[in-house]
Amino acid sequence: MTQPFYVSPEQLMKDRADFARKGIARGRSVIVVGYRGGIAFVTENTSRALHKISEIYDRIGFAAVGKYNEFENLRVAGVRYADLRGYSYDRVDVSARGLANAYAQTMGAVFTTESKPLEVELAVAEVATSQAGDQIYRLGYDGSVAEEPGFVVMGGAAERLGALVREKWTEDLSLAEVLGLAVRVLGAGEEEDGSADRVLAPASLEAAVLDRDRPRRAFQRLSVPALTDLLPAAEQG
Amino acid sequence: MTAEFGDRLPAAFSRPGSSSFVDFLADHAPNLLPGREPAPIGSVEAPHATTIVALTYDGGIVMAGDRRATMGSTIAHRRMEKVFSADDYSAVGIAGTAGVAVELVRLFQLELEHFEKIEGTLLSLEGKANRLATMVRAGLPMALQGLAAVPLFGGYDERRSEGRIFSYDVAGGRYEEADFHAIGSGSVHARGSMKKLWAQGLGRDEAVRIAVHALIDAADEDSATGGPDVARGIYPIVAVVDAGGYRRVGDSDLAAVVRAITSGQEES
Repeated sequence: MTQPFYVSPEQLMKDRADFARKGIARGRSVIVVGYRGGIAFVTENTSRALHKISEIYDRIGFAAVGKYNEFENLRVAGVRYADLRGYSYDRVDVSARGLANAYAQTMGAVFTTESKPLEVELAVAEVATSQAGDQIYRLGYDGSVAEEPGFVVMGGAAERLGALVREKWTEDLSLAEVLGLAVRVLGAGEEEDGSADRVLAPASLEAAVLDRDRPRRAFQRLSVPALTDLLPAAEQG
Repeated sequence: MTAEFGDRLPAAFSRPGSSSFVDFLADHAPNLLPGREPAPIGSVEAPHATTIVALTYDGGIVMAGDRRATMGSTIAHRRMEKVFSADDYSAVGIAGTAGVAVELVRLFQLELEHFEKIEGTLLSLEGKANRLATMVRAGLPMALQGLAAVPLFGGYDERRSEGRIFSYDVAGGRYEEADFHAIGSGSVHARGSMKKLWAQGLGRDEAVRIAVHALIDAADEDSATGGPDVARGIYPIVAVVDAGGYRRVGDSDLAAVVRAITSGQEES
């Protein structure tokens, strides 16, 4: 008769975390960053149909890295959560905090109880009437939640790229300036001297904003022509 | 349902396959769907919403509704809104039991927005019209008890580059209307009015004028339809849907239209 090997809980959790982290690191990074007029989402994505950024509710947006089928599933669940909540109560009663909570519980439960943890990382952002009220939440594969001030970078090179954003970011940047910053950071290579840097063309980007000044639904995708118009202006500045 | 919000999202939230909010509700929280609980036999008096008119013009549609809701012979509301944007490219107007009708519109608006968010694209105009038919049909048990609501739906069809109008019956029958249509208690008079005024190749402003004129004619003959109330500043809700999307016509513009129509009537 064979005895199952004993695996300590520490080792089990570490293995699961390593597994999830490896899956997430394979994906291209996503940057969610606040600016004067709202919150911008930028990632490298050549697909026009398989989105990594999307609308959840009137003032709430969503971005993800990792396995497409897993985060798409969470996105749909988020839209259903928000619409159900808004339908049962009122549209203003749907908040990013509540959604982040529901996601955290779900991802945490999958991490500890199911055979495979989710190989995804999410960001949930909500734009308020003033910049001080904007919220950006980052959700880890294990259900960890953090409210990040100003910006979030997720994906493989999150730490390195996050440091680059931190150097240059201030809260009074304009949309063109944050897009320029995000695109430069996404294209930054590992070499210090910039020899490995790439210039990302608008066609290879997926970008959207939560625009504070739009009346009801703040979320708006930025088309390739719109991005082309916005980007060179920032390069000069 | 509320108890689950602090916890892991239930399995129904991540079940793949459906982009319909109504289907999701039926699956996860059927108690929230209107008309799903069997109502006891009996009758109840509830506010009634009346006349809605819609007509096509060159490049879009105009939909308009009066502001009155009645309960028996009393006026229940003077400022009720019965014409809504279903989404950016369509409008829906309602007649019948007000509470049922407003709930139907709220669910329909959400259904379209939900589909748009999940699929990343808008439903076709025909698709929206069919969806609404299914939802009207689901209200049949309540209609049998006297709580009937019937919508009038219209919008801009981007594939055909033209405005289209759809009417419904309580059983969920869906009919595409050519040129113009009206529903509600004053609809006979409004339809008669539009029959005389409507012509091929109308412009937007002319179409708005005809819609308001039809409502004034209906209010003239039907006590449940409210005409423009100049003294209180209550004007019909008039919406225009064209390639640029859904827009409400402002009260100041309507005041001018009403003035032109009524002064014309005095002369004749």
